[in-house]
Amino acid sequence: MTQPPSDLIVFDNVSKFYGDVLGVNKVNLTIAPGITSLVGPNGSGKTTLMNLLTGLVLPTQGSVTVCGLTSKDPERFFKMVGYCSQFDSFPKGITGYELVNSSLLLHGLGGRQAHDLTVEALQRVNLLDAANRKVAGYSKGMRQRIRLAQAIAHHPTVLILDEPLNGLDPMARAESIALFQSIGKQGLHVIISSHILHEVDRISDRVVLLSSGYVVAEGAIHSVRTEVKEHPMQIMVRCSNPSALASRVFALDHAVEAKIHTDGKGVLVRTCDIEKFYLLLNQIVVSGEVDVEAVAPADDDVNSIYQYLIGNDGGSI
Amino acid sequence: MTEAVKRFAASAEWHKWWTQFRVIAAREYHRNVFTKRGLWIYFLAFAPAAIILMHALNELDSNCTMSEDTKILSGIIMLFYVRLGIFFGCLGLFTWLFRGEIVQKSLHYYFLAPVRREVLVLGKFAAGVLTSVTLFGAGVLLCYIFMYGHFGVAGQNFTFDGPGLGHLRNYLAITVLACVGYGAIFLALSLVVKNPIIPGTMVFMWEAISGVFPDILQKMSVTFYLKSLAPVPLKEEGILALFTVVPDPVPLWLAIPGMAVMAAVMLVFACWRIQSVEVTYSTSD
Repeated sequence: MTQPPSDLIVFDNVSKFYGDVLGVNKVNLTIAPGITSLVGPNGSGKTTLMNLLTGLVLPTQGSVTVCGLTSKDPERFFKMVGYCSQFDSFPKGITGYELVNSSLLLHGLGGRQAHDLTVEALQRVNLLDAANRKVAGYSKGMRQRIRLAQAIAHHPTVLILDEPLNGLDPMARAESIALFQSIGKQGLHVIISSHILHEVDRISDRVVLLSSGYVVAEGAIHSVRTEVKEHPMQIMVRCSNPSALASRVFALDHAVEAKIHTDGKGVLVRTCDIEKFYLLLNQIVVSGEVDVEAVAPADDDVNSIYQYLIGNDGGSI
Repeated sequence: MTEAVKRFAASAEWHKWWTQFRVIAAREYHRNVFTKRGLWIYFLAFAPAAIILMHALNELDSNCTMSEDTKILSGIIMLFYVRLGIFFGCLGLFTWLFRGEIVQKSLHYYFLAPVRREVLVLGKFAAGVLTSVTLFGAGVLLCYIFMYGHFGVAGQNFTFDGPGLGHLRNYLAITVLACVGYGAIFLALSLVVKNPIIPGTMVFMWEAISGVFPDILQKMSVTFYLKSLAPVPLKEEGILALFTVVPDPVPLWLAIPGMAVMAAVMLVFACWRIQSVEVTYSTSD
C-alpha cells in the first residue's frame, strides 16, 4: 500500500456518529496545501470534520491523516497543527498572555522563547495592549482573536480555523483575512469554516461543500461550478453592441438565455457549454462585430455554488 | 545498564516529558489550591485541628491524660481522616481534575497541545496528590501539635524523647498513602463515569466492609494497607471493629509498595482510558 504524500490532509472513508446521530458519513477527501474552506449550513458537519482532523473526536470508521501523521502521535502532530476552535470558553481566571504562554510552555519551550512567541502572536492579532487582562473580561471579538493567537503562536504548518471571523469587527476581519492569506501563500494548510460566503470566496483556493454530514462537492471553486451541469453558467459580457451579441448567442444550441442588461451596455448569458460560448465570443471579437469591454462569470462563486448544491434545503448558514 | 539509564534520563524525549509534567502539575496545583470551590476540602482538612485546639484550650487546667489524648488522636486520624476527610476530599478533588475541565469546557486546550495524554494524566494526578497531601498533611500535623502542645514539657518529651515522632511519621505516611490510593481510584473512576456520586458511594461501602472478606479481596482496599500502619491500635469492639480489626497486618515495607502497585494499576487504567476520551462538551456535561 502506498503512503499518502506527506503534505496532504487525507480523510479516508471517515464516518462519525454521536450515538444514533450522524456527524459526517463516508467522507473521502484529499486536501492539498493552500486555503480550503468548509462551507455548509448549521449541522452539516463542518465542526465535526475539524474535530476529527484534530483528534478531539475519534472517527467511528475510517482514518484521518495530516501530512502523514495522526493525532495519536500528539507530540509531533500538534507541533504541526494549530486549531482555533469554536469553543468560546477558557480556563478560569486566565489572562490573554497566560493563555498563549501556557500553551507554548506545554510545547516544552523554555520560558524566554515562550515569552517571545507569545508577544509575537499577541502582536499579530493586535491584542498586546490587553494581554494582561483576564480573558473573561474580553469582548467577543477579542476572545476570538486570543484563540487565534493561541492557534498560531507556535507557527503551525496546518492551521484549522472554525468560524474564525465570527464576532470580529470589519477592521479585525480584514486583518485576519490578510493573515490567513499570507499563511496560505507560504504553502501551508489553512482550513477555514465560515458562513460568510463572500469572504470565503475571496480567500479560498478550494471549497468543500457539506450538507447533512455528506460532502456534496469539493475542489477549486471554478471546477466545482463547472461540474454543476444542471445549472447553466452565467456570464456577464459588457460590450458595445449587446443586441448583436444576444442574437448570435441565441443561435447556439447550448444557450439557455441571453438577457440585455438594464443599462443597455451588456448581456447576461446563461449557457450549458461555457467552452463553446467562449469560442463563439472569440470569433465575434476577431470579426470586429462587437467591441468587448469585460467578460466576467456571474455565478462562479461560493455563494452560487452553495445555492445550487444545497440551496434552502440546507437550512440556515 | 547504568549507562543506559543515564542516556535515557538525559534523552530529549524524557526531558520534554518531564518539562511538560512539571508545567501541568504546577498549573493544576495552583488551580486546586486557590479555588473557592475547594473551600470545603480545607474545612475537612482543618476542622479536626480546630476542634482539638478548642479542646486543648479548655483542658489547660484539667486533668486529661496523654494516653487518653493519644488514643483520641489515633481515632481522629484513622476514623475521621482516613475514612471520611481524605476519602471525600480526594473524591471531590480527583474526580474534578478532568470532569472540571469538561464542565468548564477547557479540556480541549490540553488535548490540542503536543502532550501525550499519559503525561497529562500523571501531571494532574501529581498535582492532586500534592494538593491533598499539603492540606491533609498540614491538618494532621496541626492536630498533633495541638493535641500534645498543651501538655507542655511532657508533650515535648513524648515527641522528642518518646514515641511521638514515630507516631507522627506514621500518621503522615498514612495521610500520603491515603491520598495516593484514593486519588488514583477516583481519577480512574472520573474517566469512566460522569457522576462520581454512585461509584464514590460504592468505594466508600467497599472500604467499610472489605474487612470481612477474604485476604485477597481485602488487599484491593486502601484502608487495608493503612490500618496496619496505625501506631496506636483502636478499640476492637462493637461496630467499630469493622473499621479497626486488622486480621493480617502488613508491615510498612509491604504496605507502601502494596499501595503503590494498586495506585499504579489505577493510573495505567486511567492512561489507557484517556486515549478514547473525546471532546464533545454539549453531550458530556
